[in-house]
Amino acid sequence: MSTPVSEPLNKQLSAAVSKPRRRPIRFPWLLVYAIGYLIFLYLPVLLLPLFSFNDGTIVAFPMKGFTLKWYAQLGEQDTLLQAMVNSLIVGAVTALVATSLGLFAARAYVRYRFKGRELSEGLVMLPLVIPGIIVASSMLVLFISLGLKPSLTTVILGHVFVALPFAVSIMKSAFDDFDQSLEEAAFDLGESVIGTFRRVTLPIVAPGIVASLLVTFTVSFDEFVLAFFLSGNQPTLPVYIWSQIRFPAKLPNTLALGSLLLLASVLLLLTAEYFRRRSAKSA
Amino acid sequence: MAGFLRTEAGKGLALSAPASLYVGLLVAAPLGILVAYSFWTQTYVEIDKTLTWANYLEAATDPLVRHLLLRSILIAGAVTAATVALAYPIAYFIAFRTHKKTLWLLLITIPFWSSYLLRVFSWKLILGFNGVMNSALISLGIITEPLTFLLYNEFAVVLTLAHAWAPFAILPIYVSLQKIDRSLLEAATDLGLTKLERFIRVTLPLTVPGIIAASLIIFIPTVGDYVTPSLVGGSQGKMVANLIQVQFGPANNWPLGATLSLVAMASVGFVAILFVILATALGRRIR
Repeated sequence: MSTPVSEPLNKQLSAAVSKPRRRPIRFPWLLVYAIGYLIFLYLPVLLLPLFSFNDGTIVAFPMKGFTLKWYAQLGEQDTLLQAMVNSLIVGAVTALVATSLGLFAARAYVRYRFKGRELSEGLVMLPLVIPGIIVASSMLVLFISLGLKPSLTTVILGHVFVALPFAVSIMKSAFDDFDQSLEEAAFDLGESVIGTFRRVTLPIVAPGIVASLLVTFTVSFDEFVLAFFLSGNQPTLPVYIWSQIRFPAKLPNTLALGSLLLLASVLLLLTAEYFRRRSAKSA
Repeated sequence: MAGFLRTEAGKGLALSAPASLYVGLLVAAPLGILVAYSFWTQTYVEIDKTLTWANYLEAATDPLVRHLLLRSILIAGAVTAATVALAYPIAYFIAFRTHKKTLWLLLITIPFWSSYLLRVFSWKLILGFNGVMNSALISLGIITEPLTFLLYNEFAVVLTLAHAWAPFAILPIYVSLQKIDRSLLEAATDLGLTKLERFIRVTLPLTVPGIIAASLIIFIPTVGDYVTPSLVGGSQGKMVANLIQVQFGPANNWPLGATLSLVAMASVGFVAILFVILATALGRRIR
Protein backbone atom coordinates (compact mmCIF):
# COMPACT_ATOMS: atom_id res chain seq x y z
CA MET A 1 0.00 0.00 0.00
CA SER A 2 1.62 3.29 -1.07
CA THR A 3 1.35 6.05 1.45
CA PRO A 4 0.70 9.62 0.36
CA VAL A 5 3.75 10.70 2.33
CA SER A 6 6.02 9.06 -0.25
CA GLU A 7 4.56 11.21 -3.01
CA PRO A 8 6.60 14.20 -4.14
CA LEU A 9 5.84 17.27 -2.09
CA ASN A 10 4.88 19.40 -5.08
CA LYS A 11 2.23 16.87 -6.08
CA GLN A 12 0.72 16.96 -2.60
CA LEU A 13 0.79 20.74 -2.63
CA SER A 14 -0.92 21.01 -5.98
CA ALA A 15 -3.56 18.54 -4.75
CA ALA A 16 -4.13 20.68 -1.70
CA VAL A 17 -4.35 23.89 -3.71
CA SER A 18 -6.80 22.50 -6.22
CA LYS A 19 -8.96 21.17 -3.37
CA PRO A 20 -12.04 23.40 -3.64
CA ARG A 21 -12.91 21.78 -6.94
CA ARG A 22 -16.54 21.79 -7.95
CA ARG A 23 -18.13 18.44 -7.57
CA PRO A 24 -20.48 17.38 -10.35
CA ILE A 25 -24.05 17.08 -9.07
CA ARG A 26 -24.36 13.44 -8.16
CA PHE A 27 -27.44 11.31 -8.36
CA PRO A 28 -28.74 10.96 -4.78
CA TRP A 29 -28.64 7.15 -4.62
CA LEU A 30 -28.94 7.06 -0.87
CA LEU A 31 -32.00 9.29 -0.83
CA VAL A 32 -33.70 7.13 -3.46
CA TYR A 33 -32.81 4.02 -1.46
CA ALA A 34 -34.14 5.62 1.73
CA ILE A 35 -37.47 6.42 0.09
CA GLY A 36 -37.73 2.90 -1.33
CA TYR A 37 -37.01 1.51 2.11
CA LEU A 38 -39.73 3.68 3.64
CA ILE A 39 -42.23 2.26 1.14
CA PHE A 40 -41.14 -1.24 2.19
CA LEU A 41 -41.62 -0.31 5.87
CA TYR A 42 -45.07 1.24 5.39
CA LEU A 43 -46.49 -1.23 2.86
CA PRO A 44 -47.87 -3.82 5.30
CA VAL A 45 -49.07 -1.21 7.76
CA LEU A 46 -51.07 0.76 5.19
CA LEU A 47 -52.40 -2.30 3.43
CA LEU A 48 -54.75 -3.44 6.22
CA PRO A 49 -56.63 -0.12 6.43
CA LEU A 50 -56.77 0.11 2.60
CA PHE A 51 -58.45 -3.26 2.16
CA SER A 52 -60.64 -2.87 5.25
CA PHE A 53 -62.79 -0.49 3.16
CA ASN A 54 -62.88 -2.86 0.20
CA ASP A 55 -66.31 -4.19 -0.71
CA GLY A 56 -65.15 -7.75 -1.31
CA THR A 57 -64.08 -10.77 0.71
CA ILE A 58 -60.69 -11.40 -0.90
CA VAL A 59 -57.65 -9.22 -0.44
CA ALA A 60 -56.43 -8.64 -4.02
CA PHE A 61 -56.43 -6.08 -6.79
CA PRO A 62 -58.51 -4.75 -8.46
CA MET A 63 -60.47 -3.47 -5.46
CA LYS A 64 -64.25 -3.62 -5.59
CA GLY A 65 -65.78 -0.54 -4.00
CA PHE A 66 -65.91 1.43 -0.81
CA THR A 67 -67.80 0.12 2.21
CA LEU A 68 -67.94 0.58 5.96
CA LYS A 69 -69.95 -2.57 6.62
CA TRP A 70 -66.98 -4.58 7.92
CA TYR A 71 -66.52 -1.98 10.64
CA ALA A 72 -70.25 -1.87 11.39
CA GLN A 73 -70.34 -5.65 11.89
CA LEU A 74 -67.62 -5.52 14.55
CA GLY A 75 -69.99 -4.07 17.15
CA GLU A 76 -72.26 -7.10 16.92
CA GLN A 77 -69.67 -9.68 17.91
CA ASP A 78 -69.86 -10.48 21.60
CA THR A 79 -66.66 -12.56 21.83
CA LEU A 80 -64.78 -9.70 20.19
CA LEU A 81 -66.13 -7.19 22.69
CA GLN A 82 -65.25 -9.53 25.57
CA ALA A 83 -61.69 -9.89 24.21
CA MET A 84 -61.49 -6.11 23.95
CA VAL A 85 -62.51 -5.73 27.60
CA ASN A 86 -59.94 -8.38 28.59
CA SER A 87 -57.20 -6.55 26.70
CA LEU A 88 -58.13 -3.21 28.26
CA ILE A 89 -58.04 -4.70 31.78
CA VAL A 90 -54.72 -6.47 31.18
CA GLY A 91 -53.21 -3.38 29.53
CA ALA A 92 -54.31 -0.99 32.26
CA VAL A 93 -53.12 -3.15 35.17
CA THR A 94 -49.85 -3.96 33.37
CA ALA A 95 -49.21 -0.26 32.70
CA LEU A 96 -49.84 0.70 36.32
CA VAL A 97 -47.71 -2.06 37.86
CA ALA A 98 -44.83 -1.85 35.36
CA THR A 99 -44.69 1.95 35.58
CA SER A 100 -44.67 1.96 39.40
CA LEU A 101 -41.91 -0.66 39.54
CA GLY A 102 -40.03 1.22 36.80
CA LEU A 103 -40.48 4.57 38.54
CA PHE A 104 -38.83 3.41 41.76
CA ALA A 105 -36.11 1.43 40.06
CA ALA A 106 -35.19 4.24 37.66
CA ARG A 107 -35.08 6.69 40.56
CA ALA A 108 -32.63 4.38 42.36
CA TYR A 109 -30.44 3.93 39.28
CA VAL A 110 -30.19 7.64 38.52
CA ARG A 111 -30.02 9.04 42.03
CA TYR A 112 -28.07 6.54 44.15
CA ARG A 113 -24.75 4.76 43.83
CA PHE A 114 -24.99 1.36 45.44
CA LYS A 115 -23.55 -2.13 45.23
CA GLY A 116 -25.32 -4.27 42.68
CA ARG A 117 -26.70 -1.31 40.75
CA GLU A 118 -25.26 -2.44 37.43
CA LEU A 119 -26.37 -6.01 38.03
CA SER A 120 -29.89 -4.82 38.81
CA GLU A 121 -29.95 -2.49 35.79
CA GLY A 122 -28.88 -5.34 33.54
CA LEU A 123 -31.38 -7.72 35.09
CA VAL A 124 -34.44 -5.54 34.44
CA MET A 125 -33.45 -5.28 30.75
CA LEU A 126 -33.22 -9.07 30.43
CA PRO A 127 -36.85 -9.60 29.29
CA LEU A 128 -35.98 -7.77 26.04
CA VAL A 129 -33.54 -10.44 24.92
CA ILE A 130 -35.18 -13.71 25.95
CA PRO A 131 -37.08 -15.31 23.06
CA GLY A 132 -40.84 -14.94 23.62
CA ILE A 133 -41.60 -18.65 23.26
CA ILE A 134 -39.19 -19.47 26.09
CA VAL A 135 -40.65 -16.81 28.41
CA ALA A 136 -44.14 -18.04 27.54
CA SER A 137 -43.52 -21.76 27.97
CA SER A 138 -41.48 -21.42 31.15
CA MET A 139 -44.05 -19.12 32.77
CA LEU A 140 -46.86 -21.49 31.87
CA VAL A 141 -44.99 -24.32 33.59
CA LEU A 142 -44.29 -22.15 36.64
CA PHE A 143 -47.85 -20.90 37.06
CA ILE A 144 -49.36 -24.35 36.65
CA SER A 145 -46.88 -25.73 39.20
CA LEU A 146 -47.94 -23.03 41.63
CA GLY A 147 -51.57 -23.93 41.07
CA LEU A 148 -52.35 -20.73 39.15
CA LYS A 149 -54.74 -21.53 36.31
CA PRO A 150 -54.15 -19.64 33.03
CA SER A 151 -56.26 -16.50 33.21
CA LEU A 152 -56.03 -12.74 32.86
CA THR A 153 -54.00 -12.68 36.10
CA THR A 154 -51.26 -14.86 34.65
CA VAL A 155 -51.27 -12.79 31.44
CA ILE A 156 -50.79 -9.64 33.55
CA LEU A 157 -47.89 -11.24 35.45
CA GLY A 158 -46.24 -12.07 32.13
CA HIS A 159 -46.95 -8.69 30.56
CA VAL A 160 -45.48 -6.76 33.50
CA PHE A 161 -42.33 -8.80 32.94
CA VAL A 162 -42.00 -7.83 29.25
CA ALA A 163 -43.16 -4.23 29.76
CA LEU A 164 -40.78 -3.47 32.63
CA PRO A 165 -37.67 -2.71 30.49
CA PHE A 166 -39.69 -0.08 28.60
CA ALA A 167 -40.93 1.53 31.82
CA VAL A 168 -37.46 1.58 33.38
CA SER A 169 -35.74 3.12 30.37
CA ILE A 170 -38.40 5.82 29.90
CA MET A 171 -38.37 6.70 33.61
CA LYS A 172 -34.56 6.70 33.65
CA SER A 173 -34.42 9.37 30.97
CA ALA A 174 -37.10 11.34 32.82
CA PHE A 175 -35.00 11.32 36.02
CA ASP A 176 -31.80 11.97 34.09
CA ASP A 177 -33.03 15.43 33.18
CA PHE A 178 -34.20 16.15 36.69
CA ASP A 179 -32.44 18.86 38.68
CA GLN A 180 -31.56 17.47 42.11
CA SER A 181 -31.33 20.87 43.77
CA LEU A 182 -35.08 21.39 43.44
CA GLU A 183 -35.69 18.48 45.81
CA GLU A 184 -33.03 19.68 48.21
CA ALA A 185 -34.58 23.14 48.24
CA ALA A 186 -38.03 21.76 49.04
CA PHE A 187 -36.51 19.61 51.79
CA ASP A 188 -34.67 22.61 53.26
CA LEU A 189 -37.87 24.63 53.18
CA GLY A 190 -39.43 22.08 55.51
CA GLU A 191 -41.23 19.62 53.25
CA SER A 192 -41.26 16.00 54.39
CA VAL A 193 -39.76 13.25 52.21
CA ILE A 194 -43.17 12.20 50.97
CA GLY A 195 -44.28 15.80 50.57
CA THR A 196 -41.20 16.60 48.51
CA PHE A 197 -41.83 13.61 46.29
CA ARG A 198 -45.51 14.45 45.83
CA ARG A 199 -45.21 18.19 45.36
CA VAL A 200 -41.84 18.57 43.60
CA THR A 201 -40.54 15.33 42.10
CA LEU A 202 -43.80 13.90 40.82
CA PRO A 203 -45.02 16.97 38.90
CA ILE A 204 -41.66 17.29 37.14
CA VAL A 205 -41.41 13.67 36.07
CA ALA A 206 -45.16 13.43 35.36
CA PRO A 207 -44.74 13.61 31.55
CA GLY A 208 -42.31 10.69 31.80
CA ILE A 209 -44.86 8.74 33.84
CA VAL A 210 -47.58 9.39 31.27
CA ALA A 211 -45.24 8.30 28.48
CA SER A 212 -44.35 5.13 30.38
CA LEU A 213 -48.02 4.33 31.08
CA LEU A 214 -48.92 4.72 27.40
CA VAL A 215 -45.97 2.70 26.11
CA THR A 216 -46.39 -0.18 28.57
CA PHE A 217 -50.14 -0.23 27.89
CA THR A 218 -49.44 -0.54 24.16
CA VAL A 219 -46.79 -3.22 24.67
CA SER A 220 -49.34 -5.27 26.59
CA PHE A 221 -52.20 -4.46 24.21
CA ASP A 222 -50.24 -5.74 21.18
CA GLU A 223 -48.49 -8.70 22.85
CA PHE A 224 -49.47 -12.10 21.47
CA VAL A 225 -47.24 -15.08 22.32
CA LEU A 226 -47.39 -14.76 26.13
CA ALA A 227 -51.13 -14.14 26.04
CA PHE A 228 -51.53 -17.14 23.70
CA PHE A 229 -49.88 -19.42 26.29
CA LEU A 230 -51.19 -17.82 29.48
CA SER A 231 -54.72 -16.60 28.81
CA GLY A 232 -56.53 -19.94 29.06
CA ASN A 233 -60.15 -19.34 28.07
CA GLN A 234 -60.00 -15.58 28.54
CA PRO A 235 -58.54 -14.42 25.20
CA THR A 236 -57.08 -10.96 24.74
CA LEU A 237 -57.58 -9.16 21.43
CA PRO A 238 -54.44 -10.49 19.69
CA VAL A 239 -55.37 -14.04 20.76
CA TYR A 240 -58.89 -13.46 19.42
CA ILE A 241 -57.45 -12.19 16.12
CA TRP A 242 -55.23 -15.27 15.94
CA SER A 243 -58.31 -17.47 16.21
CA GLN A 244 -60.05 -15.48 13.43
CA ILE A 245 -57.14 -15.49 10.97
CA ARG A 246 -57.87 -19.08 10.03
CA PHE A 247 -61.38 -18.36 8.76
CA PRO A 248 -61.35 -16.79 5.28
CA ALA A 249 -64.99 -15.73 5.72
CA LYS A 250 -63.96 -13.61 8.72
CA LEU A 251 -61.13 -11.93 6.83
CA PRO A 252 -62.79 -8.55 6.11
CA ASN A 253 -63.84 -8.19 9.76
CA THR A 254 -60.34 -9.09 10.90
CA LEU A 255 -58.97 -6.41 8.56
CA ALA A 256 -61.33 -3.81 10.01
CA LEU A 257 -60.47 -4.80 13.58
CA GLY A 258 -56.77 -4.87 12.75
CA SER A 259 -56.95 -1.40 11.21
CA LEU A 260 -58.59 0.00 14.33
CA LEU A 261 -55.88 -1.58 16.49
CA LEU A 262 -53.11 -0.19 14.28
CA LEU A 263 -54.65 3.26 14.55
CA ALA A 264 -55.02 2.94 18.33
CA SER A 265 -51.39 1.82 18.79
CA VAL A 266 -49.96 4.58 16.63
CA LEU A 267 -52.08 7.27 18.31
CA LEU A 268 -51.16 6.03 21.80
CA LEU A 269 -47.46 5.96 21.03
CA LEU A 270 -47.47 9.33 19.26
CA THR A 271 -49.02 10.75 22.43
CA ALA A 272 -46.37 8.97 24.50
CA GLU A 273 -43.65 10.44 22.30
CA TYR A 274 -45.12 13.90 22.80
CA PHE A 275 -45.00 13.51 26.60
CA ARG A 276 -41.55 11.98 26.52
CA ARG A 277 -40.19 14.97 24.62
CA ARG A 278 -41.98 17.35 26.93
CA SER A 279 -40.34 15.75 29.93
CA ALA A 280 -36.94 16.08 28.26
CA LYS A 281 -37.59 19.73 27.42
CA SER A 282 -38.87 20.81 30.83
CA ALA A 283 -35.56 19.98 32.47
CA MET B 1 -31.93 -1.99 59.40
CA ALA B 2 -33.63 1.39 59.67
CA GLY B 3 -30.20 2.98 59.74
CA PHE B 4 -29.09 1.14 56.61
CA LEU B 5 -32.21 2.26 54.77
CA ARG B 6 -31.21 5.86 55.33
CA THR B 7 -27.84 5.43 53.64
CA GLU B 8 -27.40 5.95 49.91
CA ALA B 9 -26.79 2.25 49.27
CA GLY B 10 -29.81 1.29 51.35
CA LYS B 11 -32.15 3.70 49.57
CA GLY B 12 -30.92 2.58 46.17
CA LEU B 13 -31.33 -1.09 46.98
CA ALA B 14 -34.75 -0.62 48.53
CA LEU B 15 -36.09 1.36 45.59
CA SER B 16 -34.74 -0.94 42.91
CA ALA B 17 -35.50 -4.18 44.75
CA PRO B 18 -39.14 -4.62 43.66
CA ALA B 19 -38.26 -4.39 39.95
CA SER B 20 -35.14 -6.53 40.09
CA LEU B 21 -36.80 -9.10 42.37
CA TYR B 22 -39.78 -9.30 40.01
CA VAL B 23 -37.61 -9.92 36.96
CA GLY B 24 -35.14 -12.08 38.87
CA LEU B 25 -37.85 -14.33 40.27
CA LEU B 26 -39.67 -14.62 36.97
CA VAL B 27 -36.44 -15.60 35.24
CA ALA B 28 -35.05 -17.92 37.89
CA ALA B 29 -38.20 -19.73 39.04
CA PRO B 30 -39.55 -20.69 35.59
CA LEU B 31 -36.06 -21.67 34.50
CA GLY B 32 -35.63 -23.86 37.58
CA ILE B 33 -38.94 -25.60 37.00
CA LEU B 34 -38.15 -25.94 33.29
CA VAL B 35 -34.91 -27.69 34.23
CA ALA B 36 -36.78 -29.98 36.63
CA TYR B 37 -39.38 -30.84 33.98
CA SER B 38 -36.68 -31.62 31.45
CA PHE B 39 -35.57 -34.53 33.63
CA TRP B 40 -39.10 -35.89 34.13
CA THR B 41 -41.29 -37.93 31.79
CA GLN B 42 -44.84 -37.55 30.57
CA THR B 43 -46.96 -40.65 31.04
CA TYR B 44 -50.36 -39.84 29.54
CA VAL B 45 -51.88 -37.36 32.00
CA GLU B 46 -49.42 -37.89 34.81
CA ILE B 47 -45.85 -36.64 35.17
CA ASP B 48 -43.37 -39.32 36.19
CA LYS B 49 -40.87 -37.54 38.43
CA THR B 50 -38.09 -40.12 38.24
CA LEU B 51 -34.99 -38.32 37.01
CA THR B 52 -33.91 -39.35 33.53
CA TRP B 53 -31.86 -38.12 30.59
CA ALA B 54 -34.41 -39.53 28.16
CA ASN B 55 -35.66 -36.15 26.94
CA TYR B 56 -32.19 -34.86 26.20
CA LEU B 57 -31.40 -38.12 24.45
CA GLU B 58 -34.52 -37.73 22.35
CA ALA B 59 -33.70 -34.09 21.57
CA ALA B 60 -30.17 -35.07 20.55
CA THR B 61 -31.13 -38.04 18.39
CA ASP B 62 -34.43 -36.98 16.83
CA PRO B 63 -33.55 -35.74 13.31
CA LEU B 64 -36.60 -33.43 13.31
CA VAL B 65 -35.35 -31.57 16.37
CA ARG B 66 -31.86 -31.17 14.96
CA HIS B 67 -33.29 -30.12 11.60
CA LEU B 68 -35.64 -27.49 13.06
CA LEU B 69 -33.03 -26.14 15.45
CA LEU B 70 -30.46 -25.82 12.69
CA ARG B 71 -33.01 -24.23 10.37
CA SER B 72 -34.06 -21.76 13.09
CA ILE B 73 -30.46 -20.71 13.61
CA LEU B 74 -29.82 -20.43 9.85
CA ILE B 75 -33.01 -18.45 9.26
CA ALA B 76 -32.25 -16.17 12.20
CA GLY B 77 -28.74 -15.70 10.82
CA ALA B 78 -30.10 -14.85 7.37
CA VAL B 79 -32.64 -12.47 8.91
CA THR B 80 -29.91 -10.77 10.93
CA ALA B 81 -27.61 -10.40 7.91
CA ALA B 82 -30.40 -9.16 5.63
CA THR B 83 -31.78 -6.71 8.20
CA VAL B 84 -28.39 -5.23 9.05
CA ALA B 85 -27.34 -5.00 5.37
CA LEU B 86 -30.61 -3.32 4.38
CA ALA B 87 -30.55 -1.02 7.39
CA TYR B 88 -26.95 0.16 7.17
CA PRO B 89 -27.43 2.52 4.18
CA ILE B 90 -30.48 4.08 5.88
CA ALA B 91 -28.57 4.63 9.10
CA TYR B 92 -25.73 6.12 7.03
CA PHE B 93 -28.14 8.34 5.16
CA ILE B 94 -29.70 9.67 8.38
CA ALA B 95 -26.35 10.19 10.07
CA PHE B 96 -24.50 11.89 7.18
CA ARG B 97 -26.79 12.96 4.38
CA THR B 98 -29.79 14.68 5.90
CA HIS B 99 -30.45 17.52 8.29
CA LYS B 100 -33.93 16.27 9.18
CA LYS B 101 -32.62 13.50 11.43
CA THR B 102 -35.48 13.58 13.95
CA LEU B 103 -38.10 13.43 11.22
CA TRP B 104 -36.45 10.45 9.52
CA LEU B 105 -36.00 8.57 12.79
CA LEU B 106 -39.67 9.15 13.62
CA LEU B 107 -40.76 8.05 10.13
CA ILE B 108 -38.80 4.85 10.51
CA THR B 109 -40.16 3.94 13.94
CA ILE B 110 -43.87 4.74 13.42
CA PRO B 111 -44.74 1.53 11.49
CA PHE B 112 -43.36 -0.50 14.40
CA TRP B 113 -45.67 1.07 16.90
CA SER B 114 -48.28 -1.37 15.68
CA SER B 115 -49.04 -4.94 16.57
CA TYR B 116 -46.40 -7.41 15.41
CA LEU B 117 -49.06 -10.07 14.81
CA LEU B 118 -50.95 -7.74 12.46
CA ARG B 119 -47.85 -6.82 10.46
CA VAL B 120 -47.00 -10.49 9.92
CA PHE B 121 -50.63 -11.16 9.01
CA SER B 122 -50.41 -8.34 6.47
CA TRP B 123 -47.33 -9.90 4.84
CA LYS B 124 -49.28 -13.13 4.51
CA LEU B 125 -51.94 -11.22 2.57
CA ILE B 126 -49.32 -9.46 0.43
CA LEU B 127 -47.38 -12.60 -0.52
CA GLY B 128 -50.26 -15.04 -0.93
CA PHE B 129 -51.06 -16.95 -4.14
CA ASN B 130 -54.16 -14.83 -4.74
CA GLY B 131 -52.66 -12.03 -2.71
CA VAL B 132 -51.89 -8.37 -3.15
CA MET B 133 -48.51 -8.72 -4.85
CA ASN B 134 -49.58 -11.33 -7.37
CA SER B 135 -52.87 -9.62 -8.23
CA ALA B 136 -51.13 -6.26 -8.59
CA LEU B 137 -48.46 -7.67 -10.89
CA ILE B 138 -51.11 -9.46 -12.97
CA SER B 139 -53.30 -6.35 -13.31
CA LEU B 140 -50.23 -4.40 -14.38
CA GLY B 141 -49.52 -7.06 -17.00
CA ILE B 142 -46.04 -7.82 -15.65
CA ILE B 143 -46.78 -11.50 -15.05
CA THR B 144 -49.55 -13.76 -16.31
CA GLU B 145 -49.40 -16.55 -13.73
CA PRO B 146 -49.26 -15.94 -9.96
CA LEU B 147 -45.76 -16.34 -8.50
CA THR B 148 -45.67 -19.31 -6.16
CA PHE B 149 -42.32 -18.74 -4.49
CA LEU B 150 -43.56 -15.78 -2.45
CA LEU B 151 -45.37 -17.42 0.44
CA TYR B 152 -44.91 -20.50 2.66
CA ASN B 153 -41.15 -20.88 2.54
CA GLU B 154 -37.94 -19.59 4.12
CA PHE B 155 -37.92 -16.56 1.82
CA ALA B 156 -41.25 -15.34 3.22
CA VAL B 157 -40.01 -15.85 6.79
CA VAL B 158 -36.77 -13.94 6.17
CA LEU B 159 -38.55 -11.08 4.37
CA THR B 160 -41.22 -10.73 7.06
CA LEU B 161 -38.70 -10.80 9.90
CA ALA B 162 -36.31 -8.43 8.10
CA HIS B 163 -39.24 -6.03 8.00
CA ALA B 164 -40.24 -6.64 11.62
CA TRP B 165 -36.76 -5.95 13.00
CA ALA B 166 -35.78 -3.01 10.78
CA PRO B 167 -35.71 -0.25 13.43
CA PHE B 168 -33.78 -2.48 15.82
CA ALA B 169 -30.98 -2.55 13.25
CA ILE B 170 -31.22 1.07 12.10
CA LEU B 171 -31.11 2.69 15.54
CA PRO B 172 -27.95 1.09 17.02
CA ILE B 173 -26.03 1.52 13.74
CA TYR B 174 -27.21 5.12 13.49
CA VAL B 175 -26.01 5.80 17.04
CA SER B 176 -22.57 4.35 16.32
CA LEU B 177 -22.28 6.33 13.05
CA GLN B 178 -23.36 9.48 14.85
CA LYS B 179 -20.63 8.96 17.45
CA ILE B 180 -17.81 8.93 14.87
CA ASP B 181 -15.53 11.92 15.28
CA ARG B 182 -15.87 13.77 11.95
CA SER B 183 -12.24 14.90 12.08
CA LEU B 184 -11.17 11.26 11.70
CA LEU B 185 -12.98 11.13 8.36
CA GLU B 186 -11.35 14.38 7.25
CA ALA B 187 -7.97 13.02 8.29
CA ALA B 188 -8.56 9.87 6.24
CA THR B 189 -9.41 11.96 3.17
CA ASP B 190 -6.40 14.21 3.71
CA LEU B 191 -4.18 11.15 3.90
CA GLY B 192 -5.32 10.19 0.43
CA LEU B 193 -7.91 7.49 1.04
CA THR B 194 -10.65 7.26 -1.57
CA LYS B 195 -14.24 7.35 -0.37
CA LEU B 196 -14.59 3.59 -0.54
CA GLU B 197 -11.30 2.97 1.26
CA ARG B 198 -12.28 5.50 3.89
CA PHE B 199 -15.58 3.73 4.42
CA ILE B 200 -14.04 0.27 4.68
CA ARG B 201 -11.04 1.20 6.81
CA VAL B 202 -12.44 3.96 9.03
CA THR B 203 -16.23 4.20 9.09
CA LEU B 204 -17.12 0.51 9.03
CA PRO B 205 -14.70 -0.62 11.80
CA LEU B 206 -15.92 2.22 14.02
CA THR B 207 -19.51 1.01 13.67
CA VAL B 208 -18.74 -2.62 14.58
CA PRO B 209 -20.15 -2.14 18.12
CA GLY B 210 -23.41 -0.89 16.62
CA ILE B 211 -23.53 -3.79 14.19
CA ILE B 212 -22.89 -6.30 16.99
CA ALA B 213 -25.61 -4.74 19.15
CA ALA B 214 -28.08 -4.75 16.26
CA SER B 215 -27.25 -8.34 15.36
CA LEU B 216 -27.76 -9.64 18.89
CA ILE B 217 -31.01 -7.74 19.38
CA ILE B 218 -32.30 -9.33 16.17
CA PHE B 219 -30.75 -12.78 16.28
CA ILE B 220 -31.67 -13.89 19.81
CA PRO B 221 -35.43 -13.33 19.70
CA THR B 222 -35.68 -14.40 16.05
CA VAL B 223 -34.46 -17.95 16.73
CA GLY B 224 -37.46 -18.40 19.01
CA ASP B 225 -40.01 -16.60 16.87
CA TYR B 226 -43.38 -18.29 16.72
CA VAL B 227 -45.79 -16.03 14.85
CA THR B 228 -43.91 -15.53 11.58
CA PRO B 229 -43.07 -19.17 10.81
CA SER B 230 -46.63 -20.14 11.74
CA LEU B 231 -48.28 -17.60 9.45
CA VAL B 232 -45.97 -17.30 6.44
CA GLY B 233 -43.53 -20.22 6.82
CA GLY B 234 -45.67 -23.10 5.59
CA SER B 235 -44.14 -26.53 6.16
CA GLN B 236 -40.78 -25.47 4.70
CA GLY B 237 -40.47 -22.53 7.04
CA LYS B 238 -41.35 -24.10 10.41
CA MET B 239 -38.97 -23.29 13.22
CA VAL B 240 -38.12 -24.64 16.67
CA ALA B 241 -40.73 -22.47 18.41
CA ASN B 242 -43.47 -24.27 16.48
CA LEU B 243 -42.19 -27.59 17.81
CA ILE B 244 -42.04 -26.23 21.36
CA GLN B 245 -45.60 -24.94 21.10
CA VAL B 246 -46.78 -28.34 19.87
CA GLN B 247 -45.27 -30.02 22.96
CA PHE B 248 -47.00 -27.59 25.31
CA GLY B 249 -50.23 -27.65 23.30
CA PRO B 250 -51.57 -30.50 21.16
CA ALA B 251 -48.88 -33.13 21.93
CA ASN B 252 -49.11 -32.40 25.67
CA ASN B 253 -45.56 -33.51 26.39
CA TRP B 254 -44.34 -30.76 28.71
CA PRO B 255 -41.09 -32.47 29.74
CA LEU B 256 -40.00 -32.68 26.11
CA GLY B 257 -41.17 -29.10 25.51
CA ALA B 258 -39.14 -27.93 28.51
CA THR B 259 -36.08 -29.78 27.21
CA LEU B 260 -36.48 -28.23 23.76
CA SER B 261 -36.80 -24.73 25.28
CA LEU B 262 -33.59 -25.22 27.25
CA VAL B 263 -31.72 -26.71 24.30
CA ALA B 264 -32.88 -23.84 22.06
CA MET B 265 -31.80 -21.26 24.64
CA ALA B 266 -28.38 -22.88 25.08
CA SER B 267 -27.84 -23.01 21.31
CA VAL B 268 -28.82 -19.34 20.94
CA GLY B 269 -26.43 -18.36 23.69
CA PHE B 270 -23.62 -20.39 22.19
CA VAL B 271 -24.04 -18.96 18.68
CA ALA B 272 -24.40 -15.42 20.06
CA ILE B 273 -21.16 -15.64 22.06
CA LEU B 274 -19.35 -17.13 19.08
CA PHE B 275 -20.64 -14.30 16.90
CA VAL B 276 -19.51 -11.57 19.30
CA ILE B 277 -16.00 -13.03 19.48
CA LEU B 278 -15.74 -13.38 15.68
CA ALA B 279 -17.19 -9.95 14.91
CA THR B 280 -14.92 -8.21 17.41
CA ALA B 281 -11.85 -9.95 15.97
CA LEU B 282 -12.93 -9.08 12.41
CA GLY B 283 -13.50 -5.45 13.39
CA ARG B 284 -9.92 -5.23 14.66
CA ARG B 285 -8.57 -7.00 11.57
CA ILE B 286 -9.87 -4.60 8.93
CA ARG B 287 -8.72 -1.62 10.87
